[in-house]
Amino acid sequence: MNCKKIGAAIALSVLALTSSAVRAADYPDRPISVMVSYGAGGATDFQARIVTMMAGGDDFLTQPIVIINKPGAGGRVGWNWFASEADNDGYTMAAYNIPHFVAQSIEGGVKYSTDSFEPIANWGSDPAVVVVGKDSKYNTIGELMDFAKENPGKVTLSGAGLYVGHHIAALQIEKASGTKLAYIPTKGGGAAAMKAVIAGDVIAGVNNLSDAYRAQSAGNVKILAIADVQRNEQFLPDVPTLMESGYDVDDSSVNFRGLMVPKGTDPAIIDMLAAKVPAMFESARVKKQMDAGGSPLKIMKRDEVLQMWKDREVYLTELLAGLK
Amino acid sequence: MEFMQYFGGVFEPLSFALLVFGTVGGLILGATPGLSPTMAVALLIPFTFQLQPTQGLILLGAAYTATVAGGAVSAILLKIPGAPANIATALDGHEMAKKGQGTKALHVSFLASGVGGVIGVLLLIFLTPILAKWALAFGPPHLFWMAILGVTIIGSLDSKSFVKGLLSGCLGFWLSMIGYDDIQGAQRFIFTDALTGGVNVITALIGIFAIPQVIEMFAKGRKQVVVSAIKVEKQSLADSLKLLFQNIKALSIGTVIGSIVGLIPGVGGQIAGLVAYDQSKKFSKHSEKYGTGHPEGVIAAESANNAMVGPSLVPLLTLSIPGSPTAAVLLGGLLIHGIFPGSDLFENHPQVAWTFINSMLIGQVLMVIFGIWIASYAARVAQVPSAIMAACVMVLAVFGAYSVQQSMGDVYIMAALGIAMFFLEKFGFSAAPLVLGLILGPIAESNFIQGSMIANAQDGPLPYFLFGPLNIFLIALVVLSIAYSFVMSRRQVAQNVALQS
Repeated sequence: MNCKKIGAAIALSVLALTSSAVRAADYPDRPISVMVSYGAGGATDFQARIVTMMAGGDDFLTQPIVIINKPGAGGRVGWNWFASEADNDGYTMAAYNIPHFVAQSIEGGVKYSTDSFEPIANWGSDPAVVVVGKDSKYNTIGELMDFAKENPGKVTLSGAGLYVGHHIAALQIEKASGTKLAYIPTKGGGAAAMKAVIAGDVIAGVNNLSDAYRAQSAGNVKILAIADVQRNEQFLPDVPTLMESGYDVDDSSVNFRGLMVPKGTDPAIIDMLAAKVPAMFESARVKKQMDAGGSPLKIMKRDEVLQMWKDREVYLTELLAGLK
Repeated sequence: MEFMQYFGGVFEPLSFALLVFGTVGGLILGATPGLSPTMAVALLIPFTFQLQPTQGLILLGAAYTATVAGGAVSAILLKIPGAPANIATALDGHEMAKKGQGTKALHVSFLASGVGGVIGVLLLIFLTPILAKWALAFGPPHLFWMAILGVTIIGSLDSKSFVKGLLSGCLGFWLSMIGYDDIQGAQRFIFTDALTGGVNVITALIGIFAIPQVIEMFAKGRKQVVVSAIKVEKQSLADSLKLLFQNIKALSIGTVIGSIVGLIPGVGGQIAGLVAYDQSKKFSKHSEKYGTGHPEGVIAAESANNAMVGPSLVPLLTLSIPGSPTAAVLLGGLLIHGIFPGSDLFENHPQVAWTFINSMLIGQVLMVIFGIWIASYAARVAQVPSAIMAACVMVLAVFGAYSVQQSMGDVYIMAALGIAMFFLEKFGFSAAPLVLGLILGPIAESNFIQGSMIANAQDGPLPYFLFGPLNIFLIALVVLSIAYSFVMSRRQVAQNVALQS
């Protein structure tokens, strides 16, 4: 009896010490955690919970995914932790937000850059849109920009904070239209920025497509334009892109969300995740719940995401250079 | 009276079972330090994936109601407020528990919560369209003046000395500045990674309330080996009800202030309890008894923080704007089921909307019943020897601080603030003004800076912050509040002089 126990203990410790290749083969044999660098109930948290809910299925990761929130400082707290302290054994993943973390790393003062992380797959994209209150006298983006041109600095524009998609969109609009806007970052994220528009505290706002779509359905705002390369046929087929309206603004401010692991994770594990995670995002139940929440799905494989990260970094370095 | 016809939905077997589960679970989660109502509701959202939208919302609504009230349990018994809403409850509630009146304190706390809560939900049912306009009327300048109004009560809150109260408030303000500033992008006083996100209010709350106590208890435990057991007084429900009605003034003040403050997006429930406590103290004939274990204080604070629950959902349900962190989490819970709050909710999904609201109404009643039921057992916590108690509180404090954002850094912050508070208390500073400073600091600062940015794009800061009926009204309240404190402190000095001579 005792011998058996000792034998089992030896076997276990041998197992624990075997090479990483064997560990990768067993992966995953316990639940995986996903760190979300925003608070519970926010858009990133809520989408992360939906897209990972099927993880335990036999076709996917066979182990459930647990969401851990580390909010603070616009995501910096969570990503700093992920870059410097998270284990790179494949059991700790994180949600990324582009352009947020790239813009923050360019701004400086954080411990991460695109080199600190390895993307797995992208699940969603939430373009920024320009909104005005329902009683606003502006009905098109052109009217608003004409007013801004005649009155430099007078158009107040709310957004969720600094160095986030909304801020990038505002900077791009200023650059493309040759106007000067008063960008007002709010402390309470996108919801507070939307409240400022609805209550008339500001003339216009930049906000997420999903939130703006809801606010428009509720009859509170008008959506003037969308900062993306093409219209959103699913939710807002009638809203023109900024490009169509004559302002050279591309999709650099679109908020891409996906999963990543820390640098140094076993390549075998990365490959396995990169193969299985997109399939998980594609499952019918995930699509149904994401649609119900008005959150656009945009599934991208690891290679596409790597390219997207690189493109963003080059573009944002250039855009933000003038700001510092 | 549309809501009446949907009452049946609440009493379907599964719905009612969820309601009971949400209430009991909410009470337990709320009583656990570190688990704020926001976190409790967020924890429950994954459970609703498998449920019908209505049932999911019943669970969330019941849990929200019950966690707010449950926070009073740890505030009264352990002097660890479960959430910022319960700070004021701890001031008198814990003193009562120490005297062996824990049952009484819990009884009035749950009864006051129930009364405030029901009235709050009724306001939500009947006045939503009017209240929605009100919620939007508060722009950056008004929120700034609201925060300043809160500052004026710092000096008089739970402090023997006006100056020391203000100094504690200043410390709180300074603590609130730590971290990354979202509006201007400045990094302030960040010496270590743990401070990048600033000092979390709940972490601070646990540290400065629990740790000084733990140190005191350990010190006492060493000194006297034989602990004189506190006799826990029995308290009948009838007596508690009588006590509640004797203090109808505190109850009304709490309910009214809670409803109004709860409505304002961004200020929300965090300060409702404290403002109500302070006002009821100012209007009371026995203001000197506040802070020594006076039931009035518990009644005012608890009726206020539950009255805020209903109105705090008005901006969410009518305009789809979450007015508080908990409302933001509830929004997530709604969206997951494909329900968009807003006018659409009441028109196209009346059953969901009204069943949710009704469940909060019934939830309030269930919460009172379960709360009263556990009160007499829970109050025996006061008999636990202080050495054992200290160890238990320490475990809860560490657990609570860690669970806020799964970070050891928060535990160190909690411990550091707690040890500092122990010495500050020795010099006559108290914890409540410090926390109020920590809560109000960001509200005042961000709204001032945002307001100035908007004002600079328009007519300049002076008219923006000083003109308009709401600005003038709030400034008048600020002036009145300062004048009152000034007159009272003069009167007290005069009395002391008279007594001495």
